Amino acid sequence: MWDQEIKGMASAHMFIASAVFVGTLLPAIVAEKFSVYGSHLVWVYSVAGSVAAVNVAVFWLLGVGLVAKKNTLSYKVSRMVRSGLHFTLSCFFYHIIVVLYGAPLLESVLETFSLAVLLSTFTTLRCLCLLGPNVQAWIRVFSRDGAMSVWDTSLQITTACSVIGAWLGAFPIPLDWDRPWQVWPISCTLGATFGFLSGLVIAPVWIHWHRKQLTYKSK
Amino acid sequence: MKVRSSVFASLCLLLEVCGIALFLRGFFPVPVKSSFTSKSKLSDLPAEPLSSGNGPNTSKVPPPLFKRVVIVLIDALREDFVFGTKGRQFMPYTRHVIERGSSLSFMARVRPPTVTMPRIKALTTGSIPGFIDVVINLNSQALLEDSLIWQAKAAGKRIIFYGDDTWVRLFPKHFVEYDGTTSFFVSDYTEVDNNVTRHLDSTLKRDDWDMLILHYLGLDHIGHLSGPHSSLVGPKLIEMDDVLKKIHASLISKETEGSLPNLLVLCGDHGMSETGSHGGSSDPEVRTPLVLISPAFKRKTGMEKPSTVEQVDLAPTLALALGLPISQNSVGILIPPVFQETSLREQLRFLHLNGFQLSCLLKDSMAGYEKGYEQFRVAEKSHGNWMKLYLEGNASEVLSNMGKKVLKQYLDALKAMSSALSRQLGKYDMYSMVVGMILIFQVLLLLLLATPEALSGGARVELPLGSALLSLPFYLLCLLCTSVHMLVCTSTENSCYLCGLPWSFAVAAIVVVSATLCLLREEGRARSPHKNSSDPSSFSELDILLLTGTLGHLFSLGASSFIEEEHQSWYFLLSTLCLAIFQDVCRTYFSERRGPADELCHPHPREVAPSKKWLALATPLLTLACCRFLRSLNQTGVQWAHLPDLGHWLTSAEHKVALSLLSASSLALILILVQHRCSLVSKIALALGLLGVYSYRAAVGNVLFPWQHNLRDLSKGTVEARFVYVFVLGILFSGAKDLLRSQVVTADVRLKARGLWEVYSGLVLLASLLFRPHNLPVLSCSLLIQTAMRQFIWWEQHYDAAQITIMHYWFGQAFFYFQGNSNNIATVDISAGFVGLDTYVEAPAIFLTAFSTYAGPLLWACHLVCYLSLEHARSTTAMAHGCYCFALLRSIPAAAYVILVTALRYHLFIWSVFSPKLLYEAMHTLVSTAMCLFLTVMDQNHGGRP
Ligand SMILES: [Zn+2]
Ligand SMILES: [Zn+2]
Repeated sequence: MWDQEIKGMASAHMFIASAVFVGTLLPAIVAEKFSVYGSHLVWVYSVAGSVAAVNVAVFWLLGVGLVAKKNTLSYKVSRMVRSGLHFTLSCFFYHIIVVLYGAPLLESVLETFSLAVLLSTFTTLRCLCLLGPNVQAWIRVFSRDGAMSVWDTSLQITTACSVIGAWLGAFPIPLDWDRPWQVWPISCTLGATFGFLSGLVIAPVWIHWHRKQLTYKSK
Repeated sequence: MKVRSSVFASLCLLLEVCGIALFLRGFFPVPVKSSFTSKSKLSDLPAEPLSSGNGPNTSKVPPPLFKRVVIVLIDALREDFVFGTKGRQFMPYTRHVIERGSSLSFMARVRPPTVTMPRIKALTTGSIPGFIDVVINLNSQALLEDSLIWQAKAAGKRIIFYGDDTWVRLFPKHFVEYDGTTSFFVSDYTEVDNNVTRHLDSTLKRDDWDMLILHYLGLDHIGHLSGPHSSLVGPKLIEMDDVLKKIHASLISKETEGSLPNLLVLCGDHGMSETGSHGGSSDPEVRTPLVLISPAFKRKTGMEKPSTVEQVDLAPTLALALGLPISQNSVGILIPPVFQETSLREQLRFLHLNGFQLSCLLKDSMAGYEKGYEQFRVAEKSHGNWMKLYLEGNASEVLSNMGKKVLKQYLDALKAMSSALSRQLGKYDMYSMVVGMILIFQVLLLLLLATPEALSGGARVELPLGSALLSLPFYLLCLLCTSVHMLVCTSTENSCYLCGLPWSFAVAAIVVVSATLCLLREEGRARSPHKNSSDPSSFSELDILLLTGTLGHLFSLGASSFIEEEHQSWYFLLSTLCLAIFQDVCRTYFSERRGPADELCHPHPREVAPSKKWLALATPLLTLACCRFLRSLNQTGVQWAHLPDLGHWLTSAEHKVALSLLSASSLALILILVQHRCSLVSKIALALGLLGVYSYRAAVGNVLFPWQHNLRDLSKGTVEARFVYVFVLGILFSGAKDLLRSQVVTADVRLKARGLWEVYSGLVLLASLLFRPHNLPVLSCSLLIQTAMRQFIWWEQHYDAAQITIMHYWFGQAFFYFQGNSNNIATVDISAGFVGLDTYVEAPAIFLTAFSTYAGPLLWACHLVCYLSLEHARSTTAMAHGCYCFALLRSIPAAAYVILVTALRYHLFIWSVFSPKLLYEAMHTLVSTAMCLFLTVMDQNHGGRP
């Protein structure tokens, strides 16, 4: 049972990871003069969009890891609306955190907000897909020993990796190398993306490695 | 012998301060300076040497070669801008003069740091200013040394100056006429030069001057803006070429038969790197052109490769050519081609004078005589012989050959002496540095080895001093160190600092080093059995963050950009710390909502009032918001220092009302936050003192009273400031009295807490007086954060003393930069040293400047003491642990930085980035040691009680 679940997760993660690459390659083929540094915001939204689409497709439509209680249309719609609200709030939350970390307040607001959107896609959207717009469940998952399934653990790992990636991505900014990727917020978005990708890889491996120690209470 | 860990930590820090002092002494060699405070005088010049007796005309002062001198100094003029292809293209007239006219051209090598101010000093004094000069002269901008300008003025020459106002600050009252342009606006490259050129026509027409100095800044600004290959460089060089043409034409037209010729000097203060900046030691930065144009020189017939001279050679050359004494500290040697056309007797006389000056400096600054000195003696003797023959009327070929030989002897001697002097300047005293480093590292190892024991419940460290001092290895080590010392001191030619010390000091150093080494051995032996006592899995996320943050900051010091932008690291770490605390608080207060199964791991769900819960939750967010606000108050560092910040906005004249409101509300907030723990008398004194602070600022003209609308009656505010000093001293005194009473008479913890708090509030009052008004929010925010954290977080969350100490240290570091400080000497606010003083008085000025610079770390450390004395109620070892952690936190970066600086001592940025940081680190260690001693004294009292 363990193996099957981990395999399922690994393949789902593979889909999501490929979405990042598709989000990078597709505009490069379609649009002229596209580059990750030059037209950075396009890249950010393209990656965010494709990751969001794949996430929704994998988790919500296929119903992986999610236990739907009701199936009425009104329930689904209200769920959608609340998810959208949560996502927007999370974007603003990240934006405020990034500004508190020292991002310029008025200049390059769009860039900062794009970083917030990307981070929300990597973290909040996955929460929404896996747990639904249920803040209680989020708090449970992210408190100590709160994971109740493999998917919860994977959520913990990818979220932590994305945030830490963005955090580490801020370090090269003060260096005086004058590289194109040192411009705000490129190093942070790249850091977040690499963190997210590595989180996707690490999560199944880590769970596989620790499958003996992991005991989920509700199971 | 068992000692309390706070005592142990203080001893270690004291030893470390000694080590750092020794290291600094080796790292910053004392500049070569003659010990005479008077300046060179014409009457002191020696007579021409004669082998026997005094002939006629011997002590004659050499006649000047030139009547007037015009010095055109073009900032950041690179060598290839004149001698290279750019010169041919854009400076046609200058090139024509160099190739066909009567001129001399050289390539002058510049010493790093290639920055304008030290270069102007080198050009005018002929000495090589060391880094330590910059620090020593921080308080007085004027150049007090002997210089060419001073000599010219003393000789009654009238000097006119137009250009960079650095000159006006260096030589106040030296120029009969001047117009300084500030080099602050780097983006302006036309106006700065027009300001110089606009005076040119009228000045050149007049005859009432002897020396004209022009310093053009435009080229340097273009370099900073867009680099040496920008399209702006060409037009600028053409402009400079026109200026030279105009001056040269005017000088030629003024030339009259019979009088002395004029001299036009074209030079650069430093070059420009390929990116357009300067300061380092790369070839394009240190190579500048030096062109001397005068009818006195032979006409050239074609372009020759310019020979190399030192930049410092210009000062003695100009001095001798103008008939002035060479300035005292000059290490340059005259440029022989300039004197080519004079008679052999005069040439020898000039060389003799230069040699005499160098030999005086050499004799003065070095213990042992150099080879060059002997050479000079020999040359002087043969010069005397030559003079004797010459005065006897001998005019044969033998005489001229002999004269040429003397000339060569002189030149060799001059070169040897000059290089000996400059070697002294640029050399590190490795022996002192190594000994200092050994001391620092021994201390660090001792601290690290004793950590488990010192942070244990007993907070006592076993110090096996007796067994270490009585063991055989100790004596063997002493013997070994002595022999090494003897060996080093006898082998090196240039005596190092330690060898120059009296033997008693050296013996003390040897004993200390070997005793510490033996201690280390004993400690290591004692520790080895019970290693791995701390279990890494017991670390919380906060512990991991504190640990990785400390280590990460340590590693970041290796990159020069991270040193320049160190504030960014601290701000970043602080934000992360706040978020980690936020998460911690969430976890503590919101974990009860979980299912009943979790009751097992949380047996005591906290019963907390909901208001307290939300306040605790809000505190880290408030801290984050405060930090974000303070961060935009002062933009420091290098890369983003030019960005507009709130501080500039507030200090501009039109926002005076806003500044007044802000500082008044900050002062009110300070009063509210500080007063509640003081005694009534102190409360009143504090309120009056803060009122005094505001009226001081109003008197100085920084802020306004509502009823005061005109700014006519500005004063220095001495009365108001002294009024505040009185209250500061009063509060400090009453606090000290409480502390003494609690220590000696009653051992009352509450009395002691009040005493500590009063000392703290006295320091806050002093800081609020010294801080510039726009920085007062820094103070009030720090108090706000301290209060909120103390009330809702630190106490409630049961953080241990080590965690609290590390947090305080981080906050202290961040507040150091919030104040507007940076790792650059230039940001030290010297004006704090003049608050309440009529004139510059050294001791209080240095103390006040140091206090206001380190106010952030100091106040946080002081708050740590206050907090830990409260914490004492919970754990009697809190103070000892805190003190130990504090010492450890300071000595780890200090030791690492010392190693780093030694490894990077030939780095391009050693002067501009690493050395200032070293001074800041040393000063910080000194301040921390004082705080640690204070903590220890406070701890002693607790330790004394059962
Ligand atoms: Zn310059
Ligand atoms: Zn410059």
